[in-house]
Amino acid sequence: MSDFVLEADAVTKSFGALSVARDISFRLEKGARHGLIGPNGAGKTTFINLLTGVLTPDRGVVRLGGADVTRLTPEQRCRRGLARTFQINQLFPSLSALENVLLALTERDGRAWRFLRPLGQHADLIDEAMSLLAGLGLESIAARSVQELAYGQQRLVEIAIALASRPRVLLLDEPAAGVPGAESRLILDAIEALDPDIAVLVIEHDMDFIFRIARRISVLVAGAILVEGTPEEIAADPAVREVYLGETTHAH
Amino acid sequence: MADATRARERATAHVVTAHRWRWVEAAPWLVATGAFFLLPDYMTLGTQIVITVMFALSLDLILGFAGIITLGHAAYFGVGAYACGMLSAHLGWTEPVSALFAATLVAAFVGWLSGLVLMRYHGLTLLMLTLSVAILLQQLANTYSDFTGGFDGLTGIYFDPVFGVFEYDLWSHTHYWYALAWLAVVFVVARRIVYSPFGRSLVGIRENALRMHAVGAPVFRRQVAVYTVSAGIAGLSGALFAQANTFVTLDVLGFTRSGIIMIILILGGTGRLYGAFVGAIVYMVLEDELSKLTPEFWEFGVGLALVLVVLFARNGILGLLDRARSLLAERGR
Ligand SMILES: Nc1ncnc2c1ncn2[C@@H]1O[C@H](COP(=O)(O)OP(=O)(O)OP(=O)(O)O)[C@@H](O)[C@H]1O
Ligand SMILES: [Mg+2]
Repeated sequence: MSDFVLEADAVTKSFGALSVARDISFRLEKGARHGLIGPNGAGKTTFINLLTGVLTPDRGVVRLGGADVTRLTPEQRCRRGLARTFQINQLFPSLSALENVLLALTERDGRAWRFLRPLGQHADLIDEAMSLLAGLGLESIAARSVQELAYGQQRLVEIAIALASRPRVLLLDEPAAGVPGAESRLILDAIEALDPDIAVLVIEHDMDFIFRIARRISVLVAGAILVEGTPEEIAADPAVREVYLGETTHAH
Repeated sequence: MADATRARERATAHVVTAHRWRWVEAAPWLVATGAFFLLPDYMTLGTQIVITVMFALSLDLILGFAGIITLGHAAYFGVGAYACGMLSAHLGWTEPVSALFAATLVAAFVGWLSGLVLMRYHGLTLLMLTLSVAILLQQLANTYSDFTGGFDGLTGIYFDPVFGVFEYDLWSHTHYWYALAWLAVVFVVARRIVYSPFGRSLVGIRENALRMHAVGAPVFRRQVAVYTVSAGIAGLSGALFAQANTFVTLDVLGFTRSGIIMIILILGGTGRLYGAFVGAIVYMVLEDELSKLTPEFWEFGVGLALVLVVLFARNGILGLLDRARSLLAERGR
């Protein structure tokens, strides 16, 4: 067993002629707070899909807790402690926020095959779900169906579902994108309040957000890691400034 | 502190109390009992309705709850009907209850086997494949006419009185109570499943399979599991059909039957258990009454009703009732 809970080794993937992941090697240690930035279309979401098993790499290896998981399905990887949120919300739209979280909880707990005792009588899970929602400020809307919620709240439910899997590694794909300021703070607080042992990878375009959370940052450009370093190193890197920060500085 | 507890209770009530029986749920059983005493001459129709409710209920488990679409559910109804009929006609297995169990198991097995292939597909492919399974089975039944009676139908079906006591009668009174008792058993089982963690996970798959994968759900195995249960229940209803009619023809496996059960469920409302009751009663009573007048009018009427439901009442008749009730509640405020 290595200290690296999640590891990508020379992972490569192309969609036809478009190569979206080129020899990406990457490591997340236990307790990491890692940022992944890069321009639109750089391949950040694709990389998360490769790590979680939504996509299979053409070459390279993905390891979770030291074990090769390259051929495992997303559900198998989830059960080994890998959880994620999606850039575009993936919720259970007609169900309540509480039910959304409960679905993930019953899976994590291995109770989702039980077909006799009603879910409503699994009081311990319901309590746990409510505490999770409360931690994200969602307690008061627990009974509302998520399709009726404001976008920022839906974003929080998306995170609540991922946390319900009680992951060792958490991958967040632009958790605060499109979320208004106040709720964006809630998301920041939630990430900061996470168990320090969980390894967290955050993709975000908002630099303030990423600099608040990340202790290390990788910059992905055109499917390859351009550079990795501390936030200060990344902010000072001329190459990064050129391809990435330069653009945003101009935009301001 | 007490306030916080009460707020939490209010927020969780929709989950905590979801499975509790409500008074209205007595309605179908009161209607069924009332119908027996008020319309004793209609119990042949009544028996067919009860059987159809059970068949529609089996479809609701996969279509309404798990979101699995199918145009071939008659496959399992037909397997149940033939299995039960052949047990009696060829093997002389005339004890009705054990024959039903056996037919249910056979249908569930066929459901499991076909489910292992079918549940790997989605959308249009799945629709076509379910259709193919039913056609395939119908062709098999046609080809092996030595066993199935082929085009002429399977005759020589006979069953002993239920528990050796309740003789069958010309008015189907025994069959009616017999089928109704089975429906009650199946309904309680289906209702248990639907509110269990397993049942909720099926709804999760219907709502967003991608997310279910991402939270660690073995989606495929769950779908195969519910498909097997559904096929078993469909087979049980088919077996009841064989026992009530003492005659089985190829149309138990037919496309028409698959289509009509879908229409019935959509008409009543999917994913709510009681849609099967409402749909079957409305459809079959209207069919019985209207087709006596003019068959063309009936078929046109079914087509029109379906168009209206699909366009304006996506949740079926029960969905309409829900909406009316919430409108009234708002007015009342
Ligand atoms: N399934 C697919 N088939 C073909 N091309 C794809 C597929 N998924 C992504 N792409 C392409 O791969 C490239 C990388 O996409 P990806 O979504 O990973 O970028 P990203 O870094 O997450 O961008 P953004 O910041 O906009 O979310 C894009 O050019 C995209 O169009
Ligand atoms: Mg992306």
